[in-house]
Amino acid sequence: MFPEFGQFALVLALLLAAAQAVFGLVGAQRLDARWMAVVRPAVAGQFVLVSAAMGVLVHAFVSFDFSVLYVASNSNSALPTFYRVAALWGAHEGSLLLWAWILAAWTLAVAAFSRNLPASFASRVMGVLGIVSFGFLLFTLYTSNPFERIPLENVPADGRDLNPVLQDPALAIHPPLLYMGYVGFAVAYAFACAAMLEGKLDQTWARWTRPWTTLAWCFMSVGIALGSWWAYYELGWGGYWFWDPVENASFMPWLVGTALIHSLAVTEKRGLFKSWTLLLAILAFSLSLLGTFLVRSGVLVSVHSFAADPARGFFIFVFLVVMILGALILYAWRAPLLKSQAGFNGTAREAFLLYNNIALVLAALVVLIGTLAPLVNDALGMKSISVGPGWFSRSFPYIAMALLALVAIGIHAYWKRGRVGESRNRHVIGFSLALLAGMAIVFLAYGPGMWQSAVGIVLGLWVIVSSLFDPIDRWRRKLTLSRAVVGMTLAHIGLGVNVIAIATVESYTIERDVAVGPGESVVLGRYAYRFDKLEPVEGPNYEGVRAEITVLRDGRPVAVVHPEKRNYWVQRSTMTEAGIHSLWNGDLFVALGEDLGAGKWSLRAQVRPLIDYVWLAAGLMALGGALAASDRRYRARQAAGEGVTDNTAHAT
Amino acid sequence: MMPRHKRLLMVLGIIGGVGLAAFLALTAFRDNVMLYYDPTDLAAALPKETERFRLGGMVEKGSLQKTAGTLDVQFFVTDYKHTIAVKYSGILPDLFREGQGVVAHGRMQGNVFVADEILAKHDENYMPPEVAKSLKDNPPPPNVPASPEIGGS
Repeated sequence: MFPEFGQFALVLALLLAAAQAVFGLVGAQRLDARWMAVVRPAVAGQFVLVSAAMGVLVHAFVSFDFSVLYVASNSNSALPTFYRVAALWGAHEGSLLLWAWILAAWTLAVAAFSRNLPASFASRVMGVLGIVSFGFLLFTLYTSNPFERIPLENVPADGRDLNPVLQDPALAIHPPLLYMGYVGFAVAYAFACAAMLEGKLDQTWARWTRPWTTLAWCFMSVGIALGSWWAYYELGWGGYWFWDPVENASFMPWLVGTALIHSLAVTEKRGLFKSWTLLLAILAFSLSLLGTFLVRSGVLVSVHSFAADPARGFFIFVFLVVMILGALILYAWRAPLLKSQAGFNGTAREAFLLYNNIALVLAALVVLIGTLAPLVNDALGMKSISVGPGWFSRSFPYIAMALLALVAIGIHAYWKRGRVGESRNRHVIGFSLALLAGMAIVFLAYGPGMWQSAVGIVLGLWVIVSSLFDPIDRWRRKLTLSRAVVGMTLAHIGLGVNVIAIATVESYTIERDVAVGPGESVVLGRYAYRFDKLEPVEGPNYEGVRAEITVLRDGRPVAVVHPEKRNYWVQRSTMTEAGIHSLWNGDLFVALGEDLGAGKWSLRAQVRPLIDYVWLAAGLMALGGALAASDRRYRARQAAGEGVTDNTAHAT
Repeated sequence: MMPRHKRLLMVLGIIGGVGLAAFLALTAFRDNVMLYYDPTDLAAALPKETERFRLGGMVEKGSLQKTAGTLDVQFFVTDYKHTIAVKYSGILPDLFREGQGVVAHGRMQGNVFVADEILAKHDENYMPPEVAKSLKDNPPPPNVPASPEIGGS
């Protein structure tokens, strides 16, 4: 198969995207059914064409077509098949193609499930998505064509191999999941733009938008967690978060997206916060684009900036400005039309959701400042700076604490009118339980640590206990538990677990970097890591050494771990494979450093309590979100314009 | 309380809260900003020993010295105009190599830069953008092998 077919397919897809945008938007404006009828076939055709382009590139990878520059740069004859496929998004060009493909898939889903939306509205949503798709396809073809060929006389005999750090199962699926989230927010963005163009935004609109946004958020949660997990065991850093620009790039849209799904809840249930919801939808997607811009342009100094090319950065920057400014102008023009009518008082559920939104947006702002300050500084021609992790760790946790307290209290509030005293029992019982259990954990299990961690553990427990009251109450009264309620409860428990895990890891990790020889041990609290021996290992495309380390607790062996140091032949790069033994209450972690001479090796030895729960909790949140998004009321066929019928009082 | 007073109090509270938050944020920000220096900057004037900063440049070929059996290393960082000695005790990142770009965090102690963190750049061709810029401003002499190009993993 010729790689040029792939490029040709992309060009055709670009034309279809343009058609989708023009016929979708203009057709809806003219209310011309024949124009609008073009949109769905254009969406389907685009999906087929971009899929074909993906297929051509996968084929080039699997069949070792090193005449394609991208394949030659990111694959090798010794690379296992699984990674040859995953290598498709191992670098810049391919990951853009993946972006475009996922967008095409989301748009196809919108086209399929929007039959019962008003025709002009659905047409506008797909039109806006067409603009996004057009931008990305143009960007791919213009600056980053994955099908570029190497002149025949220069075709290498073998490829330069996939970057060894990317040769890992978690990282192979991390980019697609993250992109599902990024691109999913494009759907929310398109719904917002369409609503503004229609000049109409009601509770039905929120009901259409909510499941899409929640699903995007779920994918993003899992994607971020996988990336964090990967950095933990593959880079040998032994932590879960480093406030690295690339990490922040995905965290900002997640924070704003979290605010968005809660604000949408208010818009759906009460018809409030309309313009705020629109603004959040615009922001969430803008930050997704900004994330792509930060990661792909190489403008930031990051521990893992993969691509660096100012021309690409410039294109994304222009695209970013067009998408954000366009939406904001539309917002300034149209949002004042969308007045919310109903009122609520300062202790109603609406108010608590507003406070939580403010906290989430503030948190995103803190991350944004820390991430962009070096850029702004550079742009102003001042001396190059960087912002250390201290900025984040001195501001973010306090906002998070406020947010957690708001969640724990606000969960009990009623819609519309809340009175401080009405859920007094739940507040008192919930907080007392959390305080007692938290103190027990802090003082009996771990011993005193940082006060912030103690607060975090108590708050995390409080959120969990608080979110359990309502479902237990419903269950005891033999009421049905809708998926929305179960999903929300799961997601909030996930949040609590996540916070408890992070607080514990921050305070009670024991870590030491040491030089040890065979037979020697390093002691970490109750644990001792004994360096037994070192042996050579060989893999399909690397060779290296493997250490055998016995972990003893109170003198008795509990685990044997095998950290490795690998040398990948093709890129001549060295890689660390950490040796990790997971217990139910934490990880025993060893990364092998280097040969220090005199028979000694350097070891990074750590005991990290509860760290796996940081990631498991993200899975719980995503599961909760997926359940809530599949609630009956979103699946039921809705006639256009039908009002809100289902009113489960407590579900948000 | 009159609703008007209540509102006034709320507004004052918000202003006070925002002000306090802004003050705390500014302090935290100032404490955590690190400036970037290359060896030529350091040759002109040394920062105070209390200032933690980023040092960037190339690891000079043949300059890496390890104390056998310990985590202590010493090497020189150069921008081909000036050179500075760096001390570090810890595990070097996988891609730390002589003749490659490096960024280190730490403080001056006398004429030696004592690093507490060496940045892990996971790409054999990777050069921190700041180092690349330094080298562009101070091109290496012709006998030095061409610097690796930026990016392109």
